[in-house]
Formats: sequence, C-alpha cells, structure tokens
Amino acid sequence: MDARESETTTMKNRTTVERKSERELVVTRTFDAPARLVFEAWTRPELFKQWWVPKSMGMFLRSCEMDVRVGGGYRLVFGHDASNADEFFGRYIEVVPNSRLVWTNDEGGDVGPVTTVTFEEKDGKTLLVLRELYPSKEALDAAGTGAADAMDETFTQLDELLVAQGSLSRNA
Amino acid sequence: MVQYRQSSLDDSFAALSDATRRGVLEQLGRSDASITDLAEKFHMTLTGMKKHVGVLEEAGLVTTEKVGRVRTCRLGPRRLGEETAWLERYRQLWDSRFAELDKVVEELKRKEKIDGRKRE
Repeated sequence: MDARESETTTMKNRTTVERKSERELVVTRTFDAPARLVFEAWTRPELFKQWWVPKSMGMFLRSCEMDVRVGGGYRLVFGHDASNADEFFGRYIEVVPNSRLVWTNDEGGDVGPVTTVTFEEKDGKTLLVLRELYPSKEALDAAGTGAADAMDETFTQLDELLVAQGSLSRNA
Repeated sequence: MVQYRQSSLDDSFAALSDATRRGVLEQLGRSDASITDLAEKFHMTLTGMKKHVGVLEEAGLVTTEKVGRVRTCRLGPRRLGEETAWLERYRQLWDSRFAELDKVVEELKRKEKIDGRKRE
C-alpha cells in the first residue's frame, strides 16, 4: 500500500448502520460538502445514477426516472434487457430542498419501507441520516434475508479476489 | 480499482470475507480453542493462524486470553448471528454507494468553484 492510499483510508468518513427498533434501520454518513450539493446528487437522476449502483453490486441500472416533488414518482429499472429487468418504484411524500426527502418503496406491495433522508449541514460538512421504517418486524427481517441472498454472488467474487490477493502476498 | 476496493472494505467485512476465518468462527462456535489447536485444524503455520485470529480480534468477532503459554480463543462480543451478517452486508452496500457519492459531490464542488470564479 502506498502512502496516498493509506491516507485516503484514514480520512474516509465512516458509514454506520443500526437497527434502531424492530422495524427501523438507520444509516449515517458525513460528507465533506455543503448540504445543497449532497441533496443535488440525490435528486438529479443523471447524478443519482452515478453512485446508486456501485460497481461491487454487479448490477446494471438501465433507466432512472425521478420526479422529485411531493406526490411525484420515481422508477429505477435494473438488468441488461427486458427479460431480466428488476424494477424499483415509489413516490415522494416529502421534499424539503437541501434538508429532507421522504419516499415510499412500492415494488413489494404493502411490505416496503418508507425511506427518510435528512441532510444536516455543519461547518461546511453534511451529516446524512437515512431511515428505513418497515410496516412490521417481519417485513424488515424478510428484506434483510432477501438482500443477503442477492449479494451472495458479489461476496463470492470478493472471496476469490481476497484469496488471490492472499496467495500473492504469501508468495512475495 | 485497488483504491476503490480499499476504501469500501472495513475490518469486520474483511474479516468475514476469508474462508479460513469463517471456518475459525464456526469452530469457536462449537468450543474455545488455542491458536495451536486452530493451526493444526486448518493445516496452517502458527504464524499464519495468529494473523487470522488477529484480524478477527480486531473486528471484535474473537477475543483471546493468554494463560501461561497458551493463548485461548473464543467468540467475541460481536457474535456472528445471522442478523449481524446481513446488517454488515447492508452497511457494506451503503458504504460502497457513499464512496461513489463522495466522487459525485467532489465533482459538484469543483464545478461550483469554477463557476464561482467565472462570475467574479
């Protein structure tokens, strides 16, 4: 590891996740930018597309429509063609510029969570808090298990990568 | 690419991503064991096993205690329940997303600076 890399690692802002209650997950992260810029990246589809699907997810975001206003809808379509398309959609129920977004997740019927994101600016940095509130404990548990399954393949790839890295360093 | 991987991994995630270390956790779930026991079980050198246990210990998944000349390992405070595993994956997803979001936001900051200078 060179010096620049280790610096990036130590300066990195931490992402924390907490199960606040039986039906709520809370994610927090600080960004080194004013709230209006972080908010912009969440509300302009051409920017949103650049970060919502990290390479490690191994998924392809085919289209992304967002009508960011109260009552407006959004629709994300994943997959390389119509045969394996996976859609996520819902509507915005609160939109407060540069400070708060609330939307529903309707693709799973009435078991989807309501997502609340708040952007809180302090000294030029933004504390982002994302809450996912599920209708029941069972809905959250089911979502967790499903997500774990969906990411298994990615983790297998990562395993291979780390094993390969390990054997490289052993040989060195 | 290397940098991307580095920034998106953290201690506990890295700890869980190794087959030997997952095996060690499974083993310790059945009974406590010394590093020597574990090294034998997994056909590794003592030094190699010490490294693996060190990674698990740093992630809070294992604790060790030295009594006399034997270091005993047992499962740590962060028990690897199923919930912990999927919560960690969920965290990992957001961490990867936010690493990308950092880049988008940096770019916006840069553009704003340039635009600001133009207006002056």
